[in-house]
Amino acid sequence: MSPSGSGSAGAGPAILVEGLTKSFGEVHALRGIDMSVPRGTVLGVLGPNGAGKTTAVRILTTLLRPDGGRAEVEGHDVVREPAAVRRSIGLSGQSAAIQEELTGRENLEIVGRLYHLSWPTARSRADDLLKQFDLVDAADRPAKNFSGGMQRRLDLAASLVGQPQVLFLDEPTTGLDPRSRLGMWDIIRSLVAGGTTTLLTTQYLDEADELADEIVVIDRGLVIASGTAEELKGRVGGDVVEFTVPDRRRVADAVAAIAQVGRGEPHFDTETGVVSVGVGGGGSEALIQVVRGLDGAGVETHGLALRRPSLDDVFLALTGHAAEDEEPPGRRRRGGRRKARNDAAKGES
Amino acid sequence: MTAVAAQGSAPGPLARARWAVTDTLTITRRNLLVWLRVPAYIVFTVIQPVMFVLLFRYVFGGAIQVPGKIPYVDFLMPGIIAQTAAFATFGTAIALAQELKKGVIDRLKSMPMARSAVLAGRLVADTGRMLVTILIVVGVGYAVGFRFRNGAAPAVAMVVLATVFGLAICCISAYTGLAIGDEESVQAFGLIWLFPITFLSSAFVPISTMPGWLQAFANNQPVTYVIDTMRGLALGGPIEANLLKSVACLAAVFVVFVPLAVRAYRRAS
Repeated sequence: MSPSGSGSAGAGPAILVEGLTKSFGEVHALRGIDMSVPRGTVLGVLGPNGAGKTTAVRILTTLLRPDGGRAEVEGHDVVREPAAVRRSIGLSGQSAAIQEELTGRENLEIVGRLYHLSWPTARSRADDLLKQFDLVDAADRPAKNFSGGMQRRLDLAASLVGQPQVLFLDEPTTGLDPRSRLGMWDIIRSLVAGGTTTLLTTQYLDEADELADEIVVIDRGLVIASGTAEELKGRVGGDVVEFTVPDRRRVADAVAAIAQVGRGEPHFDTETGVVSVGVGGGGSEALIQVVRGLDGAGVETHGLALRRPSLDDVFLALTGHAAEDEEPPGRRRRGGRRKARNDAAKGES
Repeated sequence: MTAVAAQGSAPGPLARARWAVTDTLTITRRNLLVWLRVPAYIVFTVIQPVMFVLLFRYVFGGAIQVPGKIPYVDFLMPGIIAQTAAFATFGTAIALAQELKKGVIDRLKSMPMARSAVLAGRLVADTGRMLVTILIVVGVGYAVGFRFRNGAAPAVAMVVLATVFGLAICCISAYTGLAIGDEESVQAFGLIWLFPITFLSSAFVPISTMPGWLQAFANNQPVTYVIDTMRGLALGGPIEANLLKSVACLAAVFVVFVPLAVRAYRRAS
């Protein structure tokens, strides 16, 4: 069934996923997803917590066996040829999987040794990566003294020691402060420019927009949309005007007052009083029209603003519901801790 | 740039066997480096048993009568050494739980290294660490009056038995660390079982001074078998019966907990 069991790196996509399913007890983390990533491209897997992104990455990196369907990396089946898959991949997870007591250099050297490089080769590879990731000054300090952003860079460097053909980045910027996040984006862009096929999961539309050639949107274990960032934003309706109506009884009046402005129907929540509408490219003009409409109807509002579309907007447009922060119970425990760690890391950096 | 040889074709069985050894040594080296880097670990693993020696030798010892004509410090030391070996495995469970939580184990599992190396390297490093601690405690024992009274070979055999005992406990701790996967819970759980099995034994007091119902437990549990064997080796006297029971119990622990720990490692995520 597999087109090439020997895994010759020629034709065919770098990552191929067909009808992949995985359940944890009653929780259906993946309910049959398909995706294909051509060599040398970046796929952004976009979805809220618990959508199944991490489960998919764990299956593709041989950490988890799927219940059904098929997945291949560089032509190797992840279930039948896990060793071959491991030889062609690098994985950088949600938290920095480094040994904090050891220095940056020691961390990379040990990973090099575990890739069966000789000591001199492992050392020079560590030197190269420390330079590439701007960690030379900190190279001989214990990694626990690194900022959150530096730890993440070291973790990413560790995933590249084996010079993988396919790189998996599971939420590489979650928990980072904005400046570290931009630095991480620069690094990932330069890696990708080098031709490494990359699968990147993220909760942020702007991140997928910045880094990915193609995006698949996952919700509750299913692919609900795919395309380029532009195509997805087109489905949202471009920029978004959003405001809150403090008097919940007037929400309906507000929606009626701005119905003519947007590209599509306004979305509203009568409990929170939040109203949003996609306004396409004509941002400031639309903003003025919204203000006029609301003023004309005599509706008072808070926090009226024009902003770029977020993951929530994509979800609202695609599914009609917001991107809920919903994790399957089986994974909640560890996910919760991981989030706490990330928050802590944010505080340090 | 450097070339990487790891990619490409699958390694043969010989290369795989060689890698299983070198990967284990790499992980061992990493774990020992971590241990040397953290003063708190050294304090916990070395200072704490030394304090136990001093506490029992000089604070409680005067009130404890032991049978025969041997000084209490000679009775005490084999018990403290066994307890030291057992308590050293707190570190095993905690380290594995931390690595699991932080994603270090995920990272290692996604690499083309020998899968056995993470557990094997952990056990080798922790056994080495344990042996160092045992030798330090023996040295402290000598400083406060303890003497091996049965010759050099039995003394070495006592240290070996203590280390094998510690390795067996280490396998149980590795399993609990991976199965529980949370540092604080692992630590609490360690206290719950390691304290009773070491204190409710012949380690610190003659079992005959305990109430009857407690004697029934203390007389018939593996830690007492091991400590009584160690005492026989250190001080002289018959050891055959206790040695047989010790070997049987330790073998049973290995047979049950090595596969459990391996399975917990495979499933761990």
